[in-house]
Amino acid sequence: MKSDVVIVRTGTANLASVVAALGRAGRRVRITSDPEDVAGARRLVLPGVGSFGPVTARIDELGLRAPLADRVREGRPTLAICLGLQMLAAASEEDAGVAGLGILPSVATRFPESVRVPQLGWNRVEADPSCRLLRNGCAYFANSFRLEEIPEGWTGATSDHGGRFVAAVERGAVLACQFHPELSGGWGQSLIERWLEAQPC
Amino acid sequence: MLIPRVIPCLDVANGRVVKGVKFQGLRESGDPVELAAAYAAQDADELVVLDVAATPEARGNHLEVVRAVRQVLPLPLTVGGGVRTAADAEALLEAGADKVAVNTAAVRRPELLTELATRFGCQCTVLALDAARRNGGWEVVIRSGRHRTGDDAVAWAAHAAEIGAGEILLTSWDRDGTGIGYDLELIAAIRAAVAVPIIASGGASGPEHMVAALGAGADAVLAATIFHDGHTTVPDLKARLAALGAEVRL
Repeated sequence: MKSDVVIVRTGTANLASVVAALGRAGRRVRITSDPEDVAGARRLVLPGVGSFGPVTARIDELGLRAPLADRVREGRPTLAICLGLQMLAAASEEDAGVAGLGILPSVATRFPESVRVPQLGWNRVEADPSCRLLRNGCAYFANSFRLEEIPEGWTGATSDHGGRFVAAVERGAVLACQFHPELSGGWGQSLIERWLEAQPC
Repeated sequence: MLIPRVIPCLDVANGRVVKGVKFQGLRESGDPVELAAAYAAQDADELVVLDVAATPEARGNHLEVVRAVRQVLPLPLTVGGGVRTAADAEALLEAGADKVAVNTAAVRRPELLTELATRFGCQCTVLALDAARRNGGWEVVIRSGRHRTGDDAVAWAAHAAEIGAGEILLTSWDRDGTGIGYDLELIAAIRAAVAVPIIASGGASGPEHMVAALGAGADAVLAATIFHDGHTTVPDLKARLAALGAEVRL
């Protein structure tokens, strides 16, 4: 049976939540950490739970850096979640000196001391009207680090937690969310379903 | 700004949801998967599933329940009960938990919190803290309330947050199952000691109690009895919270 969607395993993550969400959308799922699968998948999900340094190291160990970076640069259908979004950045304060995939020219920084860290819970998301996939709504977040601005060449959505931060970015059929769409109720499920229909520009 | 969470809690023993008063006199009140599906349909903000039989009877984790709940729940799922090692936590995460709560094992071996935070992140690592009043303060109770440690609950919360806990599920042993309201002084004392989110638990029977807990510093309010009884639904409760001036996700 041919799988519709491939999920990248980079270690222990809440893969079951992502698998369940894709199942509810009627999709068959395969979990892999094989570079050829990552390069060849029609649709790919890069979930992220863990911390920046170890997961980056795992991606390099598995030989996934180039296939991941290529498909995101080309705008091929890819959904990055939580740490998955931060992996697309150049670096993170979480593990200084470690190079991310560098597709977004950003550095993930820690939320200020004035707010709860980690950010755990529901926050309002405001999407730019130019977004093809993202809409306004409430999303579930679980993060201590975030990107501060939507990079040039991307469109996206922001939220507020001690100041505006990047809730998600999109370009072509690439969607990278700081929040967890698979845990964001009906709003998140419809976002996943729009991504499942998205075609590269 | 984060929106306060309303969280139904399923206390599970032997695959069935039970509820107790002060952790005793458990009686059956339903199938965990049916209840999880109902709370998903009601659009709760999160679900907590605690295996209350795991610690006393040294039972393994109820992975099957977690797997089945995950299938029906597009919401955050926190699971606890009987987690002693990082491997126990990993099995729950693989089965479908998003966060893992630890209680007794973390009191006995606090490094467990650090191990979980290092492997899975602090956003995955929840300290379940059961606190009982004693001499004007609170002491930590473990083994489902059957053992009083003598340790100061506020000091333990502060230490736990420092070494890896990313959230505190704070249960008042004195108020649990009573319906007379959360222990607001306990919530305020823990709030003053930690920067991580706090889930208030134990004693709620209505929206006034929840608004008071949020005012005392809680980020989320948990309840079991009022939901399982079928007397109130999550949307009803949220509408009443909103009428009282609380921000909720509608």
